[in-house]
Amino acid sequence: MTSGIEVVITGLGATTPLGGDVTSTWDALLAGKSGVRPMTHDWVEKYDLPVKIASQLVVDPTEVLPRVEARRLDRSEQVAIVASRQAWSDAGHNDDTVDKQRLAVIIGTGIGGAITLLTQDDLLEQQGLRKVSPLTVPMLMPNGPAAHVGLELKAQAGVHAPVSACASGAEAIAWAYRMIMSGEADVVVAGGAEACITAIPVAGFSQARTMSTRNDEPEKASRPFDTGRDGFVLGEGAGVMVLERREFAEARGAKIYGRLAGIGTSADGYHITAPDPEGVGQSRAIAASLRSGGIDPADVGHVNCHATSTPVGDVAETVAIRKAIGDHPVLTAPKGALGHLLGAAGAVEAIVTVLSIRDGVVPQTLNLENLDPAVTLDVVAGEPRKIKLEAAVNDSFGFGGHNVALAFTPA
Amino acid sequence: MSDNVLSGLAEIVEEVAGVAADDVTAEKSFVDDLDIDSLSMVEIAVQAEDKFGVKIPDDELANLKTVGDAVNYITSNK
Repeated sequence: MTSGIEVVITGLGATTPLGGDVTSTWDALLAGKSGVRPMTHDWVEKYDLPVKIASQLVVDPTEVLPRVEARRLDRSEQVAIVASRQAWSDAGHNDDTVDKQRLAVIIGTGIGGAITLLTQDDLLEQQGLRKVSPLTVPMLMPNGPAAHVGLELKAQAGVHAPVSACASGAEAIAWAYRMIMSGEADVVVAGGAEACITAIPVAGFSQARTMSTRNDEPEKASRPFDTGRDGFVLGEGAGVMVLERREFAEARGAKIYGRLAGIGTSADGYHITAPDPEGVGQSRAIAASLRSGGIDPADVGHVNCHATSTPVGDVAETVAIRKAIGDHPVLTAPKGALGHLLGAAGAVEAIVTVLSIRDGVVPQTLNLENLDPAVTLDVVAGEPRKIKLEAAVNDSFGFGGHNVALAFTPA
Repeated sequence: MSDNVLSGLAEIVEEVAGVAADDVTAEKSFVDDLDIDSLSMVEIAVQAEDKFGVKIPDDELANLKTVGDAVNYITSNK
């Protein structure tokens, strides 16, 4: 780009339904594991919810965090802290490696502290005001994950929390790109966190008829692009990456995973939950990511799709990809294995995209057995595919018509 | 000063703020020595009310600077 500034990725962190860190998540994804399991919560039976499965963390954050720290944090904040510490340490940062006024934190969430809200509401109803925690508001506010990570790192260039439903995590990374490109920060810790597997979100998504009810086969429930798909599977987790101005990272001798070459965002202006079936807004976001990164569409070998396993959304995305890039990119949809991590999805899947470029391998779309005939693109199924990538795009879209595309290239 | 109240209060402080119960001694200041913030003090007060059957109104809570202040207040208001 004309500014001469480049944005590179120096650290990765995650806790997901496939593993308690990035390596275990990546390995499980390539091995064809599923994170989806039956929900054992008492409210599933109590309300006779039609959905009885969810993609749930392998490593509970309360096993990793000190007890007193954990009790002051909502679960969405706990996972953000866990993933951020991994990413910060992976990047080789410590207290002295960056001027705090040049350090920002941007962590999005789709829902925020729903578990805290409901728990505290129960306490108020059943036991009265005295039992409501004085930490209720900092635990339920959707900027809580970003605020806690920002406080821990003493980040002072800015602490932000994009809220754009299932695009939040990707939007955080796009925001990081803008902050570095504009010269506002040298280092940004960015990602998404979500942990709202509790009664109201499950009931609400169920009533919207957006979730899979394949309760008898949890591991097969999330099946993007497959003819048998019947909705998404709710998941929880966090993904965080450390992004830096290239010159800054190189000067401190940091290892570099890859480059965030460009970003694109747009809005559908179409419907509050349904995607535009023509994929107009989505294709504009993808095209913008390539334009801002100076990437020729012909060089994009792979798209890590948002595809959530809903009947309409998956097909609309392929229409958008064809429009913006063409028929040549190889697709995958990690939600087949991970489920839908809502506000964390874009961040975790951006990490997967970076690792695909680094390792030259695209994971398979779990449970893709019969490709929907409306999908005319090459979707990886069955086993991972080795492919050398010059550029790859990660799509994320959210309720509200939010579209984000991140274009990554090798280090 | 009541040892029972002191040890009971120390258990609450450990539960809420993670300060080892042995470190919760009479002369310690909640804020300056034990690093307990105002939000945690509210939680500690609510738990102390339940445990010892006392009322700790907000204007009294503000005066309880040290662990000893709290023990004395609880002992004389039980």
